[in-house]
Amino acid sequence: MTATHEPAAPVGTDVDTDPATLHPITITVNGTEHRLRVEGRRLLVDVLRQDLRLTGTRTGCDQGVCGVCTVRLDGRTVRSCITLAVQADGADVRTIEGVAPDASTLHPIQQAFWEKQGLQCGFCTPGMVLRVQEILEENPTPTRAQVREGISSNLCRCTGYQFIVDAAIEAAAQMAEDGS
Amino acid sequence: MTQTDIPTDVPVATAPAPMAPHKDLKWIGRSVKRVEDPKLLRGLGRYIDDVVLPGMLHAVVLRSPHAHARIVSVDAERARNAPGVVAVLTGPEAAARFAPLPDSGPAPDKHVWRVLAADKVRYVGEGVAVVVAETRYQAEDARTLIDVTYDLLDPIVDPLEAAENTDDLVHEALGTNVAYERTFTFGEVAHDFATADVVVRDRLRWGRQTAHPLDTTAAIGDYDPGTGEMVVHTNSISMTWLAFGAAVALGIPSNKLDLRPYISGGSFGSKQFCWRSTVTAAMMSKITGRPVKYVEDRLDHQLNGDQHGSDRYYDVELALMRDGTFRSLKIDCVDDYGAYIQFGVGSHGNALAQVTGPYRITSTEYRVRAVLTNKTQQGAYRGFGADAGNWALERIVDKAAAELGMDPVDIRRRNLIPPDAFPYHIPSGNMYDSGNYEPVLDHALERFGYAGWREKQALMRAEGRKVGIGIVTANERSVYGATEFWFWFDDKDVPVKTTSTPEGVSLTVDTVGNLTVTLYSTPFWGNSSDTVAAMLVAEEFDVDPADVTVVHHGTKGGLPAAGPGGSRLTVMLAGAVTGAAKKIKDKLLRIAAHDMEVDEADLEWVDGGYQVRGAEDARRSTADLAMLAYLVKTALPAGEESGLAANFVYDHPHLTMPKPDRSDLGSFYPCVGHACHLVAVEVDPETGAVDILDYVAVHDSGTLVNPRSYDGQIVGGTAQGVGTALSEELTYDAGGNPQVGTFWDYLIPTALDVPEVDFGHEQTPSPITAHGIKGGGEAGRLMAPGALSAAIDDALRDHGVRVTELPATPERIVGWLRKEET
Repeated sequence: MTATHEPAAPVGTDVDTDPATLHPITITVNGTEHRLRVEGRRLLVDVLRQDLRLTGTRTGCDQGVCGVCTVRLDGRTVRSCITLAVQADGADVRTIEGVAPDASTLHPIQQAFWEKQGLQCGFCTPGMVLRVQEILEENPTPTRAQVREGISSNLCRCTGYQFIVDAAIEAAAQMAEDGS
Repeated sequence: MTQTDIPTDVPVATAPAPMAPHKDLKWIGRSVKRVEDPKLLRGLGRYIDDVVLPGMLHAVVLRSPHAHARIVSVDAERARNAPGVVAVLTGPEAAARFAPLPDSGPAPDKHVWRVLAADKVRYVGEGVAVVVAETRYQAEDARTLIDVTYDLLDPIVDPLEAAENTDDLVHEALGTNVAYERTFTFGEVAHDFATADVVVRDRLRWGRQTAHPLDTTAAIGDYDPGTGEMVVHTNSISMTWLAFGAAVALGIPSNKLDLRPYISGGSFGSKQFCWRSTVTAAMMSKITGRPVKYVEDRLDHQLNGDQHGSDRYYDVELALMRDGTFRSLKIDCVDDYGAYIQFGVGSHGNALAQVTGPYRITSTEYRVRAVLTNKTQQGAYRGFGADAGNWALERIVDKAAAELGMDPVDIRRRNLIPPDAFPYHIPSGNMYDSGNYEPVLDHALERFGYAGWREKQALMRAEGRKVGIGIVTANERSVYGATEFWFWFDDKDVPVKTTSTPEGVSLTVDTVGNLTVTLYSTPFWGNSSDTVAAMLVAEEFDVDPADVTVVHHGTKGGLPAAGPGGSRLTVMLAGAVTGAAKKIKDKLLRIAAHDMEVDEADLEWVDGGYQVRGAEDARRSTADLAMLAYLVKTALPAGEESGLAANFVYDHPHLTMPKPDRSDLGSFYPCVGHACHLVAVEVDPETGAVDILDYVAVHDSGTLVNPRSYDGQIVGGTAQGVGTALSEELTYDAGGNPQVGTFWDYLIPTALDVPEVDFGHEQTPSPITAHGIKGGGEAGRLMAPGALSAAIDDALRDHGVRVTELPATPERIVGWLRKEET
């Protein structure tokens, strides 16, 4: 986003600024389309957790710093705790619940996190898995340093990150072998 | 005495500690994938904020904006009439209806701690009212409508001034800001100092920090007005043995309160007790008759979560001989506890468990002043006072090495307790069960390539680079006895007593032989309680850990249990599971002998069943015998109960009483591990940035259970130690206003800030625990701050800079360099 010092444009008379007004939105989450009516201030994370009961996405700081609430919005990782639901209108949203191919199989990234113990309490894990997925899509053969730089967007208080890096490297190797 | 001999002093509590033969272990010692993980990886873990109960309301707390002020009035009328609001409770109203929160400090009636401030606020963030509404959005809206009138008082911020100040008091009833003061003298301190060649002195400052787990503390109160039963769903510890504390605060009979544990996104000590969140949710449920959820937001957690770490000012003196042999140690510590003192001075009891570290030091003096100020109170953070204690000791050892012109490795090696001295009693009385420290040091030096690094360092320094190497050799006490909380209080009118801090489990084999282990008080916090319990059961019954079901029981009707803390859980669960398994296997043996019509002595346990020695075909599996135990009463020996289940409460493995005059505090933290960390850093003198170039950690926590998980604890703790050493600090201005309040300014290390740790292991089994296990959960954070401080000193030694204050932030390092230049 580009910073601007221009004064904000006056709100037109056609814009409803009543905070209680419900706005219709359509979002596709993990392939399923949802039509909802939300307050303008309602956060995307609250829509996911409370309205759609997809509680794998959580909040850690409520300020967009820690990355616990990471989801993918039209492919890019975003902080759902500082994203308004109305901003996601029309978007394709992917959450941790949509990562595994089915109920009995883990995605290679999830499997690598399990094998390498890339998690302890599991609270940052959904965001970390989604971020690693994005990193590997951009660069299928990252170095450890590149993984570290990539996941420095997300805080983990348990692992010291080392085994998360192990998991990302392992997942990259496995996905290259699988051709996925 | 050999290390396998059991110590001779008669303990108060010595649990039966079967030493399993180590040659045939199937699971213990293997890096096993954790049984908790698949659900967590799918986002299907059920943390407390994921729980939704029918009719559930949401609570938010109005926090004080002032450090110190009298509450003149609280007007909540507008909030009560706001949309969606169901109830508002103000501090004065809460004080009239609910008892104070439990406080194990000295004279709790003189520093009364309540869920909401009643008469005055004592720190920024202290709660003054709770709003409960249909949604959290509505509750937060209504919170802004509460009008509080404050009469401002002078803030009490500097603990050194507060200790002398009797005009401005945090608690008037106390008559002083010093909640507790004590000097312990162990051994011939004066003589040892008088006869020493050298006395090295240091002033040290350990800054205020907090665990900041990514999941804050939260609870859902669910009161049934019909029965008077209160269920509290919580992510804090739900220890059966102390749950009555919450019942007292709530005015509910203890047998009508059930604290139910949920998995939690990290604790690191911070989720011990957490009375405030439990009571907040429960009291509002009692008032509204509906379930009420209270989830701290990040600011609630930092400001009003009762979880700050130690905040210490040290004067340390080490007496030693010119050849580097240590004689005696004096520590004088002022600790800024904040506005209340929920755990008393337990964190100094903790430091006293290993006050002299891994070194032979024959006498010790320890003075503590616990000072109250207008800040958030302390709780527990990974190390619970031994973190700062280790750092202070390692700092003075490094200073002594520098003053004597000795290599920091050599001075340590000279003073390490030798292996034939164990079990070893340190001056304060605590017993170290076993140890072999020099192999840990040698292993670390070799792994690190110490000599090679010294050569590399010389070359890099010749290029003008500020490269330093740091070492610590320090201990990790594990498996606490609660003595550390009470040996301070030796009023002659109070009878001396103690608790063994027990841990119970239940083990059930069902009709077809499937195993369930029930834990009491043990929520999962990332510490793999379930995997550990499952591995221990699997070891006993020759099954796969993934096939063992682990149940977390609530406090109501539960066995005694204290949960994780003080690196105790693996040891205590090992004792408890081993004990329960023995009861069941004894019963299986009786049934097998009866059913097969052979002597018990002719049967042996092989691969999950009993068989006749030398006759593989003549056997009964656990499943065969379970079927008999449940369904075929006629196949059981006379008098044998049907079913196959056992409870076992494992008492603390070795606890002895303090002496009445406290010249000896007894043994209370006996399972003592050891570690050596070596680190190379480069400091940028322009920016003060510290770059970690190499990091080696060699640990000995006795028998390893799940090495990969153990290493995970070490690297995670080390990363927290990096934060402690370099970046994390809860700062206050002169008015008592917190200067940090987000993860933008409270700097938890990112993946770019922490090193790749090269691990090494040594295993010196404990002679007093099942399988010889010692605890290791806190070990990383107990080591890293000392190693990094030493490395920064070494990097900047040409500038005369020594790290005497943590965290050594870039700003501080640049300041120290400038100060030395002028």
